[in-house]
Parts: sequence; C-alpha cells; structure tokens
Amino acid sequence: MMAEQQKGKKEKKEKIPRQPMPQRPLEERRTTFKEVPLGYSPEQAILEASRCIMCTKPKCVEGCPVEIDIPGFIQLIKEGKFIEAARKIKEQNSLPAICGRVCPQEDQCEKTCVLGIKGEPVAIGRLERFVADYEREHSAVTKPEIPPPTGKKVAIVGSGPAGLTCAGELAKMGHQVTIFEALHLPGGVLVYGIPEFRLPKDIVAAEIDYLKSMGVEVKTNHVIGLTFTVDELFDMGYDAVFIGIGAGLPRFLNIPGENLCGIFSANEFLTRVNLMKAYEFPRSDTPAFIGNKVAVLGAGNTAMDAARTSIRLGAREVHIVYRRTRKEAPARIEELERGEEEGVIFNWLMAPVRFIGDERGWVKAMECIRMELGEPDESGRRRPVPIKGSEFIMEVDMVIHAIGTNANRLLFQKAPDIKLNKWGYIDADPETGATSKPGVYAGGDIVTGSATVILAMGAGKKSARAIHEYIMNKK
Amino acid sequence: MGARILYKEELAPKVMKFIIESPTIARQTKPGQFLILRVHKDGERIPLSIPATDPEKGTVMLVSQEVGKTTAMLNDLEVGDEIYDVVGPLGRPTHIEKFGTTLAIGGGVGIAPLYPIVKELKKAGNYVVSILGGRSKEFVIMENEMRSVSDKVFICTDDGSYGEKGFVSHVLQHLLKDGREFDFCITIGPPIMMKVICDITRPYGIKTYVSLNTIMVDGTGMCGACRVSVGDKTKFVCVDGPEFDGHQVNFDEMMKRLAMYRKQEELAYKAYLEKRKEMSRH
Ligand SMILES: Cc1cc2nc3c(=O)[nH]c(=O)nc-3n(C[C@H](O)[C@H](O)[C@H](O)COP(=O)(O)OP(=O)(O)OC[C@H]3O[C@@H](n4cnc5c(N)ncnc54)[C@H](O)[C@@H]3O)c2cc1C
Ligand SMILES: Cc1cc2nc3c(=O)[nH]c(=O)nc-3n(C[C@H](O)[C@H](O)[C@H](O)COP(=O)(O)OP(=O)(O)OC[C@H]3O[C@@H](n4cnc5c(N)ncnc54)[C@H](O)[C@@H]3O)c2cc1C
Ligand code: SF4
Ligand code: SF4
Ligand code: FES
Repeated sequence: MMAEQQKGKKEKKEKIPRQPMPQRPLEERRTTFKEVPLGYSPEQAILEASRCIMCTKPKCVEGCPVEIDIPGFIQLIKEGKFIEAARKIKEQNSLPAICGRVCPQEDQCEKTCVLGIKGEPVAIGRLERFVADYEREHSAVTKPEIPPPTGKKVAIVGSGPAGLTCAGELAKMGHQVTIFEALHLPGGVLVYGIPEFRLPKDIVAAEIDYLKSMGVEVKTNHVIGLTFTVDELFDMGYDAVFIGIGAGLPRFLNIPGENLCGIFSANEFLTRVNLMKAYEFPRSDTPAFIGNKVAVLGAGNTAMDAARTSIRLGAREVHIVYRRTRKEAPARIEELERGEEEGVIFNWLMAPVRFIGDERGWVKAMECIRMELGEPDESGRRRPVPIKGSEFIMEVDMVIHAIGTNANRLLFQKAPDIKLNKWGYIDADPETGATSKPGVYAGGDIVTGSATVILAMGAGKKSARAIHEYIMNKK
Repeated sequence: MGARILYKEELAPKVMKFIIESPTIARQTKPGQFLILRVHKDGERIPLSIPATDPEKGTVMLVSQEVGKTTAMLNDLEVGDEIYDVVGPLGRPTHIEKFGTTLAIGGGVGIAPLYPIVKELKKAGNYVVSILGGRSKEFVIMENEMRSVSDKVFICTDDGSYGEKGFVSHVLQHLLKDGREFDFCITIGPPIMMKVICDITRPYGIKTYVSLNTIMVDGTGMCGACRVSVGDKTKFVCVDGPEFDGHQVNFDEMMKRLAMYRKQEELAYKAYLEKRKEMSRH
C-alpha cells in the first residue's frame, strides 16, 4: 500500500489509501463466534470518507439496488455528523447496520465507484456500517413520525429482510401491520443462516425492536399454510398480504448415500448453530454434530458460512468442494479470503458422485470426480464437465450440502390461486410484487430464487408502495 | 406463543398426558398432524403428535414419554405452568377414506396419535380391528378411547401381564394365519415395530401406512434433518409426511439416523437428571 501511495503522487485525491478494516486476531477467530471485522474508529471513518471525490453524477449510486445518496451521507461523515449520516441512509435503506455488513459491495456500489477504475473504491459498505453502529451505540435511533392510523391492516408472511422492510414501510404510512413468522425468532436468514461472526444477532434484534416501536406486531410460531391459510388471513380482516417466505428448501445432490448419518444441509447445520445456539451445548439444549474432516459442497456465501462455522466448532480439516473454479465461486471475495486465512482448504473442479458409509450408517468417504470447464451455459459461466476415469476416494466424516435452495411449497398447497413460475417461485410483477391473487404481493427470494439481502429489501419496499395504493383505493 | 397447562395425568411410568390451552391449534388440527414445542427460552424444538383437540374449549391434548432432557423437562411441568412456545399444526393430515376392513396397530405412546386417526377411519365407515401393545399392563395406554372407536380390540404385552403375551406382530401373524383379510393397515409405534409390521403385511399385499418420528428441527421443510428414503426418493417427514407407505420406507437407515445425536443426548439427559435430584432434595 505504501508503494501505491507513492506511485499516486500526482493524483491528489488518491493519496489516502483505502482504510483497512480492523479485524479480530486470527488465532482468536478460529475459536470464537464473535464478529470478525471490528469496525472503523471515527478517525478512520473520516479519513476514508475524505477519499470520496463527491461526483456530481455519482456512479456508486447506480450500483446500489436501493439508490442510497452515497456522496450525501459520506459528506456528513466528513463533517463528523455521524448520526445525520445514518439518517440520510435510512431515507432509502432501513437496515444499514445489516447491509453495511453483508451486501456484496464489490458487485454493487463499490464496483461502480469511479475511484475503483484506477485504484481502490471508497469503502462505502464499511462507512455505512460505521454510521449505523454509531447511531445505535449512542442510542440515537429515533422513531419516525407515524401518521394517524389509516384503519387498514396488512399481514406480512415471513420475517426475513423482505418482510421486515415491507412491514416498516407500511407502518410508516400509518397502516396496522402484523408479521407472521414460522420460526420462534424473527429475522429469516439473518438469524438462522448468517452466523454471529458475520452478523451479530443483537443487531438484528435491535432492528426488530425498532419495528415493534413503530407499532408492528410480530407473531412468531405461525406457519402460514398450516396455522392459517392466506384466505384465512383475509377472513381475519387483513386488507392485503405480503409474502416474503424466502427460498428455504435445501437442495441435495440426489446421489447414493445422501441420507447417511453425518450428512447435512447447510440450513440444518447453521440453524442448529445460529438459531438454536448449539455452540453453547450443553448449556443450550440443541446439539450439533461436528466431524474431524468436513467437506462443504458448494462455494457460495452459505458454503463459506458453513465452513467457517465448522472451523470454530473444532473440525480438524475443513474442505470446500466445488465443481467450478475460484473465479466462478459465488461467495463474496472477502468471505473466500477470510475462510482461507482461517484454514479452509479449497478443492476446485471436483464433485462427489456417491457417499460411502460404515457399518453404523455414518459417512466415511465420498467418491469424487474431477471436472474441467467446457462451453458457457445459460448463466454465462463455463459448464463443468466430468473427466472420465478421474474418480477417486476422499475420506470425510461429515458432509455439508450448500448447493442452493428451492422454493418451499408448503404455503401454496392451501393457496393454489397464487401462480408460480416453472421453477416453483411466485410469478410476481417485478415492479409491484403483485401476484395472480388479488391483494397478495410477494418479494425477496420466494420471487427471485436465492439472491441478496438488499434485493429482498428493495422488493419489500416496492411492494409496500403498491400495497398502500391498493388498500387506499379499495372500497 | 406460549401454552398454559390445564391438566396433567400420569398414563404410565414416564408417560404424561397434558391438556394445554392453544385455541388456534385446537381449531386447525386434523388427525395425523403434530406440533413442535420448546419448554424454555433456549430450549430444543421437539415434535409431539396431537392425539385429541377440543376446538370449543380451545384445548389440545399431548402425550409425552420421557426419553431425554426435553421430554423430562416437559414432564416436570405442572398444571398452571406455561410451555414456552408451541407451533402447529404441522405435517399433512392422514388421508381418510373407506378402505373396508382396517387394521390399526399401536405400540406404547404410538397409541396416542393412532387414536384420532382410528376415530376418523371409523367415522368414514371402516370396520376397524385394533391391536394395542405395551411392555407391560401399565404401558397399554388409552385403551378405553381406542375401544370406543374400534370394532374389535386385541391387546398384548411383552411380559404377558395383560392380554396376550408377545408383540403386536405376533397377534397380527395369528390373525393373518387364521385367514382374516384386511384392506388397509395403519401402524404407529417404535420404528422397529413398524418395520416388523410392514415386513409381515408386505407378502399379503395389505397397504400399510406408518407415521414416522424422525429427528426434526424446524418442522417446516427448511432443514432436511427429518429426511428419510422412501422408495428411491428422499422425503422430508415434516412436510411430506409424517405418514408414508411403510412398504417403501427404509427403516434401517431411519433408525440409524435417529441415533445420530445419542452421545450428546445422553450427556444432556444425565446432567438434567442430576439437576432434578438436586431440586427434589431442596
Ligand atoms: C447462509 C447464508 C448466507 C448468506 N449470506 C448473504 C450475504 O452475505 N449477503 C447477502 O446479501 N445475502 C446473503 N444471503 C442471502 C440472503 O440472506 C437472502 O437472499 C435473503 O435473506 C432473502 O430474504 P427474504 O426476506 O426473501 O427471505 P428469508 O430471509 O429467507 O426469510 C424468510 C422467512 O420466512 C419464514 N417463512 C417461510 N415460510 C413461512 C410460512 N409458510 N409462514 C410463515 N413464515 C414463513 C422463514 O422462516 C424465514 O424466517 C445468504 C443466505 C444464506 C442462507
Ligand atoms: C411427528 C412426530 C411425532 C411425535 N409424537 C410424539 C408423541 O406424541 N409423544 C412422544 O412422547 N414422543 C413423540 N415423538 C418423539 C419425540 O419428539 C422425541 O421423543 C423427543 O424429541 C425427544 O426429545 P428429548 O430431548 O427428550 O430426548 P433426546 O435426548 O433428544 O432423544 C432421546 C431419544 O429420542 C430420539 N429423538 C431425539 N430427538 C428426536 C426428535 N426431534 N424427534 C424424534 N425423536 C427424537 C432419539 O433417537 C433418542 O433415541 C414424535 C416425533 C415426531 C417426529
Ligand atoms: S445498501 Fe448495499 S449496495 Fe447500497 S450502498 Fe449500502 S452497501 Fe452499497
Ligand atoms: S462514485 Fe465513488 S467517489 Fe464518486 S461519489 Fe460515489 S463513492 Fe464518492
Ligand atoms: S424438520 Fe427441518 S425439514 Fe423437516
């Protein structure tokens, strides 16, 4: 970085290097679930903010799915007005402490930042996180002004980022909002999937308390489709329903031996550890299994979360097994790097073809095959093709599937009038989230398939506007 | 949503019957469904069948057999206490139709979830022959309820202390050898019992349904902890079941999966039994 600084002598604005994120020491990281990045100090934040050249046509904003006024909030940081900066962000994004942590910034706002063309982009995500934390830690979070009640009621199904955002927006318009969540804690993937060391759960809890302070009612332990059907929600007096149930059904490979003991979905493993706090077992009641040699199948964020969680639970060797290469790996670069630092071993161009069990029914090995990259497929990525005769045995005593999820059909069994597309996701209007059923809107992963927190939030917000229109015009 | 305990009764050693207050579940439950509960704030989620409901009173019956920490903590709760939270009803209701002569085979606490199903089968016009089994006399639970909805009841115990001596499978074999014909069979009990029953009915071509009790976490299809092999497919018991065609179920695999957390479970249970001893001393 020093060299870069000297090289950039002439470019005045780039003299200050991108401020690195302070991190928990590596030795400690391998054994604790405490958050890894520690956050900027106010001085660092101001320094980083001063790198922004305040573009008149800011490219960064185009890269942000919810179009946050990025130079606007960065200017306020420069002036030391951190709380005002947080409020500026909240005009567009109600969950900045979460997005600042989990947004794939390198593919969004920071990808389009002009400073990134020649050097390193402004650390927009880290700044966003800094001001949101600052606001929360200084108890400066204030309730927005809520207009007089409209007398309209909206039911939100699912409490992931889509549902939470939709609920917040509708509450701000004066509607009476109830969230129905299947699990015993609200937050969706933010609480059951993404681990504590990446997103502390008290941050999610604070956001939910904030919604409650705005009058949003949260009913956990309600599985819509079973506890109540969508039609019953209308019968109960709700004027509209928003469906944000995510894409939670874990995929397996459908290869021999997949139901041996020691083979899990990432959802099960992460839910046991995060939601059920298995890392505190036996103080908490739910156990998790951890192997000596763990293979995590897949290379997305979920795979990295499962791999890094395995390390923290004490696995001796943790392998990522992926059929393409690092270049195609869907996980954030930062996550791959952190995993690597913590000791995750990457096996590219490799896929299991069957699992082999011992006499007690536990997995003891997998037969794998090597791959090479062929022609690009529909997704534009080069298709992995198995190399004939390259099969070999890899000994493992735990396997975690992180190869994606599908739509869960549970809700639709009792709501056949909600039209689904050929992949089983809801066929919804991309602008409004309107479904084929009048008064029913949908957004987030249940419409797009697994995507990102910020896209789910964007969808929740768009639907909130459309729902407002709908219920205010309904007789 | 918590649920207050209104009534508690010991049905057999370590087997408690509870009536809890849960109006929504009482109203929505159909035979064959179950719920998931947690006893306290950091508690494990455990599934329990719903043997009976009273929609008018808003109450739900549970029968819980103490096998580990969570069922022990549950069975230690008293009338007036609150179960921390309950969610349900979960799973698909039983498919009920008029099959003709129907066999209903229940073992131990499996008799409890069998009861509401048999009640519906009887209502649908089936001639119901029930076989109830337990380790000894005191473990044959809900006999009166089962008699009230069955046309014929056979009882057996492992030690012969009540009814015929032997397993339910022996009684079934006798009936079949005697030339009794059945159009349908439903059986709920320990996995090994269901497996044996399925092996017996298979050669006779009697369609046999079983209700599986795999390990679960969420109960909504999100984790796959509950998966079993049915035919050549992987099924999730919580959303595709809990009832399946028993002749297709891979019971051996399922039983191995049930033992997956045995070490940790024993650890937690032992620690709780210590604590219980401690508490009773004070
Ligand atoms: C392990 C993991 C790591 C990830 N990491 C990142 C990351 O770093 N950055 C990023 O941007 N994205 C990440 N993602 C993706 C991101 O979390 C999702 O795209 C996002 O959470 C989708 O939001 P959602 O609101 O649509 O649904 P979800 O967050 O899935 O929430 C849906 C909620 O609905 C509930 N529900 C389901 N069915 C019902 C029903 N019938 N009745 C009532 N409630 C129901 C569920 O219990 C759940 O709480 C990750 C995902 C996972 C699994
Ligand atoms: C659909 C369904 C309906 C059920 N209905 C009843 C019922 O009506 N009455 C009743 O007494 N029991 C019922 N069970 C079983 C009950 O859920 C378990 O006994 C309970 O979870 C054990 O928890 P524990 O902490 O007390 O014991 P643990 O220490 O967790 O386990 C002790 C033993 O129970 C088995 N077990 C552990 N966890 C589960 C689990 N989540 N589900 C099933 N078995 C498990 C283990 O194999 C072990 O042998 C049902 C299970 C299912 C899936
Ligand atoms: S919400 Fe995400 S994409 Fe938008 S500015 Fe913040 S970190 Fe960047
Ligand atoms: S593009 Fe980069 S430099 Fe320009 S305003 Fe945005 S953050 Fe600042
Ligand atoms: S219990 Fe999680 S999918 Fe069935």
